[in-house]
Amino acid sequence: MDYAAIVFLEILYMISFLVLSSVGLAIVFGMMRVINLAHGEFVMLGGYTTLACHSAGINIFFAMLVIAPITVGIVGLLVERLVVRWLYGRMIDTMLATWGLSLLFVGLVTLIFGSSAVGIPTPISGYQLGSYQMGGYNLFIIGITIVLITLMWIVLRYTRVGLVARGAMQNPEVASSLGYNPKTIYMLTFTAGAAVSGLAGGVLAPLTGLLPSSGGAFIAKAFITVITGGASIITGVLSSGILFGAINQVVSFAANPVMGEIAMLVLAIVLLRLMPQGITGRFFRNST
Amino acid sequence: MREPIVDTRELTMRFGGVTAVNNVDFVLREGELRCLIGPNGAGKSTFFKCLTGQYILNADNGRVHICGVDVTGWRPYEIVRLGVGIKTQVPSVMNGLTVYENIWLSARRVRDRRGSDEETRAVLDELDLGPLSRRLVGEMSHGERQIVELGIVLAQRPQLVLLDEPAAGITGSESEKLVTLIHRINENAALIVVDHDMQFVRMLGAEITVFHQGSILIEGHADDVLSDQKVREVYVGNRAA
Amino acid sequence: MNEELSAAGRIRWGWFIAWAAVMLLLPMVLEDTHTLTVLTIWSLLALSLGLMWGYAGILSFGHAAYFGLGAYAYAIASINFGESTVALFLAMLVPAMLAAAIGAMMFFGRISDVYLGVITLVVSLILFKFMNATAGDVYRIGDARLGGFNGIPGFPILNVPGFPSMEIWGTPFYYVVAVALLLCYLLSRWILYSTFGRVLLGIRENELRTELLGYNVPLHKTAIFSISAAMAGLAGAFFAMWSEIVTPGLFALGQSAEVIIYVIVGGLGTLVGPMAGAILLGFLKLLLGEQTLIDNSLVMGLILVLAVLLVPSGIAPQLAKFRKRYIDRLFRQRSGSSGRRRRKLGGSGNGKESS
Repeated sequence: MDYAAIVFLEILYMISFLVLSSVGLAIVFGMMRVINLAHGEFVMLGGYTTLACHSAGINIFFAMLVIAPITVGIVGLLVERLVVRWLYGRMIDTMLATWGLSLLFVGLVTLIFGSSAVGIPTPISGYQLGSYQMGGYNLFIIGITIVLITLMWIVLRYTRVGLVARGAMQNPEVASSLGYNPKTIYMLTFTAGAAVSGLAGGVLAPLTGLLPSSGGAFIAKAFITVITGGASIITGVLSSGILFGAINQVVSFAANPVMGEIAMLVLAIVLLRLMPQGITGRFFRNST
Repeated sequence: MREPIVDTRELTMRFGGVTAVNNVDFVLREGELRCLIGPNGAGKSTFFKCLTGQYILNADNGRVHICGVDVTGWRPYEIVRLGVGIKTQVPSVMNGLTVYENIWLSARRVRDRRGSDEETRAVLDELDLGPLSRRLVGEMSHGERQIVELGIVLAQRPQLVLLDEPAAGITGSESEKLVTLIHRINENAALIVVDHDMQFVRMLGAEITVFHQGSILIEGHADDVLSDQKVREVYVGNRAA
Repeated sequence: MNEELSAAGRIRWGWFIAWAAVMLLLPMVLEDTHTLTVLTIWSLLALSLGLMWGYAGILSFGHAAYFGLGAYAYAIASINFGESTVALFLAMLVPAMLAAAIGAMMFFGRISDVYLGVITLVVSLILFKFMNATAGDVYRIGDARLGGFNGIPGFPILNVPGFPSMEIWGTPFYYVVAVALLLCYLLSRWILYSTFGRVLLGIRENELRTELLGYNVPLHKTAIFSISAAMAGLAGAFFAMWSEIVTPGLFALGQSAEVIIYVIVGGLGTLVGPMAGAILLGFLKLLLGEQTLIDNSLVMGLILVLAVLLVPSGIAPQLAKFRKRYIDRLFRQRSGSSGRRRRKLGGSGNGKESS
């Protein structure tokens, strides 16, 4: 019984991990059809921001929930203004340029923080579940993910900003016909996506540890979660996050964690081949 | 009577809840020239794409026979290999290649290298494109590209030619040239021309099939059809809406 | 050859012989054939991507997969056979087979550019993760232990075919690699001259039109994908002999990014450009590796961003344009000849824009 609970919680944690680390990418992809290959580095930057604040003696929750998103949001704004906005409509070129940015950020962080792995202590201690030791911080991540997704859903569903955003998702011309400049919307979207990625990076850093190259670990998972999910931000990320999270953990328990990841990646290829529009393009046409 | 070269039985194409083509029985015989007309959304473009394999047909879509062969499940290139020449709606040419290369690549599929060179020159002469042969197609005008695409179609000497809106973007004197050209192609091949430019269709003076709401409204000769009351209503009604 | 067809398949023999002579004479001037060899290997890798991306418009985001697979196939096979000839052949065959399988799945499934990028990237990641996890005795193929993170060291290097004890290394090894590069270049030119190559150009320019001419587009794309993978695999095998160890790092994303940078900087839609880009940037990478102040990936990343933003068609075509605009004009004014119009590539960065 305890074991079943552990497995369940681990699956839930994996799903939260996938959703949290890919939702920033999903916002940018869903609204702008831009695939940001520097997404993993945004997450990584969020982690390093939290680390820097923590060493400076700032409260860690304040650092990861406020400072990290703001800092990475500003980085995102700069990236949009300097690079991405010149490449709208050229999807492959955008992927290439953001890939370049990702290398650039890795290099920058290596210069500043060095190339060795660093860790942040988890601010919440573990607890005992039957005869098993559980990390309390995993529960915190599950909670944060639920709160974040609910907030996003409320914003998209019930606010004017959300209405414009949903319009822009369907068709950029809708936004301009409502009197909003699509360029401004794109700029804000990219910034928001980066900020959410920064938040994810800050929150996940205590569990994953930090390396300048750790963005690479996020981008792959985020990439397949978003692409497989399709263009609908919330439904897409949730549906593919649940699918991949479950597969990953089940295979991890049955074999080993590496096989879990490989199973997830193989499943992604198969799904992309069967449903090139993603899960939401196939099953949930009018979702957000 | 001549053999049917295109023969559709109960051809139906649905997208979600919309039926774009509804139970269409259509026959085109060898050597025939036929215009498909109809207001926007009448289903003629969808019908066209069913014939070319751009919408791949399955058993639920009814039957399409081209050159006597059932093409259910066929890809476009397989249909083309039956001897079908296709020109799509927007000029579909290879912009980064020269006029010569565009036509040569078409000729090469049915001939050897040497024969393709000869055929390409013949087509260039036929279309008065000789002086332009080394121009990049991407640098040419819309009308010129339409002609180049006809050259691409001609270079395989097909027995059936499907043209989607060949007159789009073509002006006065060019359209007369185009009509002559289409008639000349018709000497050796059956043709289906999809267009909504009434002036152009009148100039072709061929048999007409009118599409309306996914079905065939009426078939007949240009003069009869264009003066028909129902056809006028469809067009005028559509324009008023 | 027919004058009317484009220069894609034309070899300027004068230039080619001059280039070959320079490559083969270089060891007499430069002592350091070790560096020269690795630059030539990177050129071969860049050529393999440049052929596929520049002429068929297929961009693989995980080209390192085939490079790494070639290296691993060579290492494993050479340990088992105790000599290099069969291993070298397998280093081309294995990547080609994998590429054929993945290519067929993608191209016959009509997957768009972007998904192609995702899938190629994910494939290289799977290989990376898998190879990293192969520590321990369970993971062995014949006598070769895959070794996980530490990779496979100590396999036989290149030998004279049939004589396993006659090993080829140092300057002779450079000659082998250089000749292989020259041969692959000639092969690429021949492909572009052939009808197969012409169809690839057609596909790059307009996939639908090429299909409507009656050509089997997915088959052609799968074929060039496979050929390119074989070439990358050969480069991987040479790299394995050069470094005398293969590690999962060969499959890393950074490796794939680097090849793309070589090609995009050197010039898309040319064959010489990618090779020149590899030599230039490869040399820069080696220089950067000798100091610790500036990180290598920072420089490479910056170059990639600037290349996409400023010279989307690459340096070689820009130089050609420059030559056409200034030097040819100068020459023409002097000689008064009209000068045949040079064919330029349509648009900027042709074949890599998706929509």
